[in-house]
Amino acid sequence: MAVGDVGIVFWILSVAIIVSACMVVSLRNIFHCALALILCLFAVAGIFILLGAEFLAAAQVLIYVGAVAILMIFAIMLTSNLAAKKITQTNENALVGLLVCVFFTLVGWVLLKKTYEGIWSHLELARPLPSDNILTLGKYLMTQYALPFEVVSILLLAAMIGAIVLARKENA
Amino acid sequence: MNFAPVIAVGELQPVFAWLYGLLQSIGLEGTLLTVVMYAGLGGTVFGVLCVLALFLVWWERKIAGHIQQRFGPMRNGWHGWYQTLADAVKLLQKEDVLVDTRDRPVFFWAPVIGFVAAFAAYVVMPFGKGLIVADLNIGILYIMAVTTFTVISLLMAGWGSNNKYALLGGMRSAAQVVSYEVPMVVSILTVILYTGSLSMVDIVESQSGLFFNWFIFRIPFGPIAFITYITAATAEANRTPFDIPEAEQELVAGFNVEYSGMKFAMFFLAEFINMFTVSAIAVTLFLGGWQGLSFLPSWLWFLGKTLMVVLLLMLFRWTYPRLRVDQLMEFAWKILVPITFANLIIAGWFKWAGWYW
Repeated sequence: MAVGDVGIVFWILSVAIIVSACMVVSLRNIFHCALALILCLFAVAGIFILLGAEFLAAAQVLIYVGAVAILMIFAIMLTSNLAAKKITQTNENALVGLLVCVFFTLVGWVLLKKTYEGIWSHLELARPLPSDNILTLGKYLMTQYALPFEVVSILLLAAMIGAIVLARKENA
Repeated sequence: MNFAPVIAVGELQPVFAWLYGLLQSIGLEGTLLTVVMYAGLGGTVFGVLCVLALFLVWWERKIAGHIQQRFGPMRNGWHGWYQTLADAVKLLQKEDVLVDTRDRPVFFWAPVIGFVAAFAAYVVMPFGKGLIVADLNIGILYIMAVTTFTVISLLMAGWGSNNKYALLGGMRSAAQVVSYEVPMVVSILTVILYTGSLSMVDIVESQSGLFFNWFIFRIPFGPIAFITYITAATAEANRTPFDIPEAEQELVAGFNVEYSGMKFAMFFLAEFINMFTVSAIAVTLFLGGWQGLSFLPSWLWFLGKTLMVVLLLMLFRWTYPRLRVDQLMEFAWKILVPITFANLIIAGWFKWAGWYW
């Protein structure tokens, strides 16, 4: 695919990510926010595809859309007080927050501009990875990065057990 | 990314080569040509699947009828063969009844997302020897990822209808699908352990030879993985005995109770496409995919095997009673998950010891 086409897809995805991310923090119906979050995460998976990391893209959709977002929606549906109400997503700190956001966006912009001079002119990020990149990933997870991998697993296990302990009734 | 495979889709290769030449001669080139070719390919797959879904609806009604000692549809054509076609035409021209209290965008997009998610899996489905839209190296993982959007469409339909039955149906489906995804994925992992690849083409290739090379005949873990997969897949496709999201007797019709006309038809069609999808995955992973004796074309083997699995699912539906919600969850977490994990460990041990062919 020509560089220009990748650019077009990249821009479409970026706009989708930014618009949906703004919707997550601005819509007044919390269910709509959750759906906007799904759209945002899905578009991020699209970026992963552009970078040639298909496995990451599939994992992103599987874990974030398939599990995390669905659990969020489930929680929203079960919380009856939350479901019908129009929520406000801003408080008195909104203006300050906006200023901070603008400031950090500008800092990020300047840093990126300095670091990757002319990144906008040639988006050559979509280097094709070797087709067995999943194999490589698996090998590294089982050899060089086995310890971090296991530590993360134990962390997740601890979080799960913690959630169950918190949620269960004392004498159930 | 390379779009060349479009031009080499196995047995349909001459047709696509001809189309490619035709499009080139009218001045299309580059990205536009690729997009048009993919649109044509997508349209072909879409058309075939729609016809197949119509056939499945008719078939299900006939099987249901015969199991209950009646005939099923008999009026339109030979044994009512164009009954579902007539039904589809009827649904197309029906009034689209809209509830005033609906959540407008959510209500509208729910059937669309469900419909698209149902068809998205067929991008990596090997219909026959070389007959595949795109052989992604994440094949089966891609299918697992896109099918999660089915759940989201059910949840959206449940919420958007603003109806307590629909909401209950949507919530039940979320709980069910998230639970049954675990045993389903672990069953699939058992196969991946032996093929060493997530690509659907590689999975089929690794089962080549006579039928005892199919994964289901890898005793003892193969049959167990197949049974757990089919059980979980029945739940994923929301079919009896796991059809509590749309249990007619308790929830009227569940998540789609407020939908009518075209939108209902989309849900209905998506449901049958999903059933065909899980069967096709079962065939690809456990029954050798399109592999078969050469007196029949490979796509016919694939279709025949898949329809046999579909028949199995249909027989389940009309023989078993529905599980209660708590039994359903207990069955998933206390029975299926331990079995699949134990099976995965056994399979790993056999692989390590080299006790397989």
